[in-house]
Amino acid sequence: MVESNLINSYLGNANSSGLKSWIFSTDHKRIGLLYLYCMMAFFIVAMLLGVLMRLELLQPGEQFISAKTYNQTFTLHGVIMIFLFIVPGIPAAIGNFVLPLQLGAEDVAFPRLNLLSWWIYIFGAILALTSLFGGGGFADTGWTFYAPYSINTDTNVSLAVLAAFVLGFSSILTGINFITTIHRLRAKGMGFFRMPLFVWGLYATGWIQIIATPVVGITLLLIFLERTLGLGFFDPTMGGDPVLYQHLFWIYSHPVVYVMILPAMGVISEILPAFARRTIFGYKAIAMSSMAIAIVGYLVWGHHMFTVGMSDTARWIFSLLTFLVAVPTGIKVFNWVATLYKGSIQLAAPMLLALLFIFEFSIGGLTGLVNGALSTDIHIHDTSFIVGHFHYTIFGGAGIGLMAAMHYWFPKIFGRMYSEKSAKTAIGLIFVGFNTLYFPMLIMGILGMPRRYHDYLPEYQPYHMVSTIGSWILVLGITIMIWNLVRSARKGEPAPDNPWGATTLEWKTPSPPPQLNFDYTPEVQTGPYDFSEILSKDANKKKQ
Amino acid sequence: MDSASSYSVLVDKTFWLILGSSIIMLFAITATMIWFVFKYSRKRNPNPAQIEGNAILESIWTIIPTIMVLIMFFSGWAGFKVMRNIPEDAMEVTVYARKWSWMFEYENGVQSSVLVVPVDKNVKLNLVSNDVIHSFYVPAFRLKEDCVPGYDNVAWFKAIEEGEYNLFCAEYCGDQHSNMITKVKVINSEEYDTWLVEQDTKPIGIDILSINGCTACHSLDGSKLVGPSFKGLFGITETVLTDGEERTITVDEEYIRRSIKEPMADITAGYPPVMITLPNLTDEDVDAMIQIIKDLK
Ligand code: HEM
Ligand SMILES: [Cu+2]
Ligand SMILES: [Cu+2]
Repeated sequence: MVESNLINSYLGNANSSGLKSWIFSTDHKRIGLLYLYCMMAFFIVAMLLGVLMRLELLQPGEQFISAKTYNQTFTLHGVIMIFLFIVPGIPAAIGNFVLPLQLGAEDVAFPRLNLLSWWIYIFGAILALTSLFGGGGFADTGWTFYAPYSINTDTNVSLAVLAAFVLGFSSILTGINFITTIHRLRAKGMGFFRMPLFVWGLYATGWIQIIATPVVGITLLLIFLERTLGLGFFDPTMGGDPVLYQHLFWIYSHPVVYVMILPAMGVISEILPAFARRTIFGYKAIAMSSMAIAIVGYLVWGHHMFTVGMSDTARWIFSLLTFLVAVPTGIKVFNWVATLYKGSIQLAAPMLLALLFIFEFSIGGLTGLVNGALSTDIHIHDTSFIVGHFHYTIFGGAGIGLMAAMHYWFPKIFGRMYSEKSAKTAIGLIFVGFNTLYFPMLIMGILGMPRRYHDYLPEYQPYHMVSTIGSWILVLGITIMIWNLVRSARKGEPAPDNPWGATTLEWKTPSPPPQLNFDYTPEVQTGPYDFSEILSKDANKKKQ
Repeated sequence: MDSASSYSVLVDKTFWLILGSSIIMLFAITATMIWFVFKYSRKRNPNPAQIEGNAILESIWTIIPTIMVLIMFFSGWAGFKVMRNIPEDAMEVTVYARKWSWMFEYENGVQSSVLVVPVDKNVKLNLVSNDVIHSFYVPAFRLKEDCVPGYDNVAWFKAIEEGEYNLFCAEYCGDQHSNMITKVKVINSEEYDTWLVEQDTKPIGIDILSINGCTACHSLDGSKLVGPSFKGLFGITETVLTDGEERTITVDEEYIRRSIKEPMADITAGYPPVMITLPNLTDEDVDAMIQIIKDLK
């Protein structure tokens, strides 16, 4: 039965193989995978750039890349990781695949728009890569493109910001598509408070994508116009205002961290109940805190600018609001931990990754308190403490959330199981490597090591050395993880429909799902995490 | 780490408050997680309890964290208020940040590439940049504030311990960003007074090159930085681009004078056209610079 699933599924349909049937497919499942493959390719490139930087920083002085190359390297690393990897991230890759299934729908609301947004993503990526070879080489501004440096540098900033502008449209279209899908295509009986929490995460994310992305789009376009036509928006020598640029940039770029993290939080809220065999603790609090984070998160961007010379009043208001967003985030963490209480816990790879997420993301969130308080932020702003902090949140949070999602839904996506043993080896190495790489950055930063430094004073060397060694361990772990997943997608054991005993709708259809997702019309009578059926099946099995 | 300004202790208090409670929180979360995972493993606890929530618990972990973050906020704000309250009696130093060096100008016109200040004296900083954004950062003082072109940012500190402290540029500003480092030298007030008089009266020396930022890009020892080294420069022949046309010149007094006054007129082949003009240089300064370059054999 399992083998015939493969043939009739979205993967193996006889008249739909070959490249064309993928890159022009409007099937949300195929589009999700297209995103996933592209994102992974970009991730690997950017990861190697990160390792390159760490190698350069092994010792003080110039090792093997020049200051300018180093500056271009962290810019390229940041641009790829942010705009091509983690912003499309979980929504575009996993959300595309899972959202309609969890809602009991055949596809997203606008399948062709979905395909278009993938093509826009590819077009933006090509633009970004072209700028590598154009005049002046890749931008050397950092991923933030701060004016007036970005106006004056002779590297190819224009094409890079144009690429980011284009990529923004892809994000907006995905947001519109998901919100419409969630409003219109829920299965019969699925009210808003019966939606899985992953869907809630995508819902909050969709609104941020729609409302915030246009701001950064237009801001980056203004940089483009200023560079090409000499319009003076941000360069003070032309009458512009460099601080205005920072406001516009962060009005988007703070909310966008929630585009990265909310879907990951959704993933964790799916995995914990499934592997603890019990309903989530505080469903409504988790769902509503996503919305609260999305709303208050709009009003805190100024915490990136505590040292630019904003008025002192603006500074304390932004600081206060920043602390207030910490509360709903804390609530989520407590609810997750409480979900383990009196559960029946199976420590499979997705569960391990979810626990790892809670640990690393907690460090990210708690170090965020240091950034939120005014006097301490003044000290650690623009130091490697910040670099450590955001890797703990984006990578330890969103990145590990993506890894967890890839393991959790792997059997559903490919109809096969990954090797549990290799997965656990990889997770162990990633845990050790990750903290060895980033924890020293937190310490160095408190000791005053500025970020974006190609060279440093000898007193910081021990920390840099440990950090570089950590990067090797981390990469080894990631390599094993990718190797395991790639191999198992073709050679793994066939997967049953519901290998984890999970309760949401995607597990009530074959693995991999048929082209139109369900062979019946799903209906919902309970909340998303009702384990009574699973548990009684289990009990029956034992009796026999 | 050094804690050397009047308010650094106050900042550190906030640090310990936040880091201390964070470490406790992290430990509590992690330990509870591990404990539950063991205690409620599928083997030990095959029959899970379906607990949907608990209003009292959830209220507790909403209210207590809210109070905690408000305390942190106030603590951070209190330290910050002191940093922003510039004492009336402060002496003023104007900080010129530029790609990729620092220059400090004192009230009597003395210029220095190291920030020399008397101990226990309030110092007000006027932060100036004319190119891109830089950031004045002295970790030992817990002080950072950006130098933003077009803005008149200010900051202040009072050093409470003599010594030498690192001064970094913390806002990314291009190629030599990580070399935009100098020192703050805190000395006692007699030494300071002597130093100030000395600087005011001494003849122009080789440090005119570092004060004006030349040495950020031109080395004195023959190594190649952003621009050609000054060592052995005088008298050689080289190819330059003038209005896009290549021509060959000999480095003589006239050529050096022109290069300082109109940096974009001739660009030495193989180097980027990035040098800025220094409007405040007197003819006397330029003559002195030419003499120094001549002597660097
Ligand atoms: C795979 C292992 C990774 C390594 C070894 C690594 C390493 C680094 C290093 C050394 C820097 C530069 C620090 C500096 O000079 O200031 C950096 C910056 C950065 N990284 Fe990573 N990183 C990794 C993964 C990630 C991931 C997964 C993300 C996001 C999804 C990410 C996002 C960024 C961003 C946004 C910057 C800032 C770039 C800038 O300053 O403009 N990195 N990383
Ligand atoms: Cu932010
Ligand atoms: Cu600088």
